[in-house]
Amino acid sequence: MYKYNAFDTAFLAERNAQFRGQVERRIDGSLTEEEFRPLRLMNGLYLQLHAYMLRVAIPYGTLNPDQMRTLALLAQKWDKGYGHFTTRQNIQYNWPKLKDVPDMLDALGSVGLHAIQTSGNTIRNVTSDHFAGAAADEIKDPRPIAELIRQWSTDHPEFQFLGRKFKIAITGSPNDRAVTKAHDVGLRMIERDGVAGFEVIVGGGLGRTPMIGKVLRDFLPQEDLLPYLEAVLAVYNILGRRDNKYKARIKITVQENGIDTYREMVEEQFIQRRAEFDGTDQELLKEIETHFAAPDFRDGSTEGYDAAYGSDPVFRAWVDTNLAEHRKDDHAIVTISIKAHGQTPGDATAEQMNLMADLAEQYAYGELRISHEQNVILPHVHKSDLPAIHAALKEAGLATANVGLISDIIACPGMDYCALATARSIPVAQEIASRFDELKLEHEVGELKIKISGCINACGHHHVGHIGILGLDRAGVENYQITLGGDGTETAAVGTRTGPGFAYDEIIPAVERIIKAYLEVRETADETFLETYRRVGMAPFKAALYPDSEKKVA
Amino acid sequence: MPRPFTPKVVTANDLLEGDVIYFTAENSWTRTLSEAELITDEAIAPLRLLEAEKHNLVIVGAYLADAKEGPNGPEPTHFREEFRRTGPSNYSHGKQEAEADV
Ligand code: HEM
Ligand code: SF4
Repeated sequence: MYKYNAFDTAFLAERNAQFRGQVERRIDGSLTEEEFRPLRLMNGLYLQLHAYMLRVAIPYGTLNPDQMRTLALLAQKWDKGYGHFTTRQNIQYNWPKLKDVPDMLDALGSVGLHAIQTSGNTIRNVTSDHFAGAAADEIKDPRPIAELIRQWSTDHPEFQFLGRKFKIAITGSPNDRAVTKAHDVGLRMIERDGVAGFEVIVGGGLGRTPMIGKVLRDFLPQEDLLPYLEAVLAVYNILGRRDNKYKARIKITVQENGIDTYREMVEEQFIQRRAEFDGTDQELLKEIETHFAAPDFRDGSTEGYDAAYGSDPVFRAWVDTNLAEHRKDDHAIVTISIKAHGQTPGDATAEQMNLMADLAEQYAYGELRISHEQNVILPHVHKSDLPAIHAALKEAGLATANVGLISDIIACPGMDYCALATARSIPVAQEIASRFDELKLEHEVGELKIKISGCINACGHHHVGHIGILGLDRAGVENYQITLGGDGTETAAVGTRTGPGFAYDEIIPAVERIIKAYLEVRETADETFLETYRRVGMAPFKAALYPDSEKKVA
Repeated sequence: MPRPFTPKVVTANDLLEGDVIYFTAENSWTRTLSEAELITDEAIAPLRLLEAEKHNLVIVGAYLADAKEGPNGPEPTHFREEFRRTGPSNYSHGKQEAEADV
């Protein structure tokens, strides 16, 4: 029978106290590393190349200012003054000391944050549209559902030992900003006869066998969501392979058994599971929804904003690239770029985090979001406040006008930190950004997503980058493979490899050649890189990348 | 013909600090690769690893890493070990920071 887990302060405090004891026992020698490792991973603590790494979940990417200040405090007090925001709406600390981690977790617990289920074969942090609750194109705010899923999945006994990690993403908009088709389960809100429900997508994933998810159910009424998810997971527990971890993700289960068999089994399970639900979850959802009520949007003139837009070109460039349409005309969604040219994508200092918390408090109804694209968002801003926000951001090095452009790169930690890496990814991102800033080409090139992973695990989403870069180890030397045409939105696609890879010192010139080819073959300045690629295919890019082999063929 | 044996060092991470450490000929741990014991005998390597693993209460994840003889002691042969002995390339953190402090 479904039993709701009261995920409250007491639970978290108890869990943290347990972990404190486990750390003590590891240090005094009563636990071996074999015994301790699974315990620390359950609490988000990894060991990386140079140090431990603590991964903290930011559920569906939503933070309040006090939580952001606590993230800053952790960076300042127990790390090296910064944190790394990741594609999974997590923040990672790269330098914690083992003895400090229990204190870090307690500090997080005091503001309702934790690192539970950020690792291991469990249901991971549920990710969502970073514009949730604010976007003009949204049917309904998906976060109450995400919170419901979080409460249901946290410590759910049936799903603590899955065949492999399990990632759920949810969006409330037809424009998919949550990459739902590259998750184990993707939930896309749709409307039918005026009722909101979900298209359920299953078996998407990246890693060594990238796959775009398939539709399991074209319309699922909202109240059936939890029993249906239970059915999906129960079938995964039955069918999923445990003999080979590379074949253990649900994408392989669906591929090997066929989507139709999977669907039949889910529907069968679903009937049983639904009978066990008595409506408590829907009451809980109603209660949760009250926490996500929209703020009391203020009115007021936007004259100051219009004047600044007309007179200040720097402000105008920032507005044109970093703002998105809010569901209220006189408001805007502000994306703060954590991608200053030449900096590490996703890294923010404690001072920057504190400033963003202050701005959220002062101007943005106390709301912050973290995007899977490693940026920070102020979801609700009255337009009259934009000039002041921009000025404050500028002083803190946070006003880079590059959201959605070539330097707004996703990069995983790669060989600079990650123990699994086969090559570096951060410096490649830094150099691409610096290079195109130098060339002053960024705005002319327009919308372009570059995504970089430092190994086949694809944490940097390279398969769904318009330009994807994968760092490999070829005979002891870093080598970078390029894919083109990937897409992480509602028109999701896995990119296609261009051909042989490039050495570390060749990869930046290679990207430059791709961009030059694009600028030559695009029909108009409005045709984006992805549109051009879809129209002309690989040939002109291949010719630009491998001029010598073209000659040989000719 | 069997491939010639690549010399090795035993390396691990420190339990408390998490940083990279190397095993010396004196059965102690150092944070400097050049002070590590370079193991050139294939038959000895697994024994040295076992010896190092006796310290499992204070270290994590000991393994044998390829290395070569340099003018000042062992040096890495692969870029992964080069990063481990230096630190990340995006900030002057890790071992390179410790050196900068000197
Ligand atoms: C630094 C330590 C990390 C480790 C040890 C790690 C490990 C892994 C592994 C083993 C996979 C492959 C899973 C599979 O195919 O079954 C994976 C996938 C993935 N990881 Fe990481 N990762 C790390 C960091 C990150 C970071 C920093 C991010 C976010 C930027 C991230 C996000 C993802 C994503 C999006 C995927 C691919 C989606 C999927 O198929 O699950 N990981 N990771
Ligand atoms: S893609 Fe590979 S290198 Fe990058 S973070 Fe994931 S596991 Fe590490």
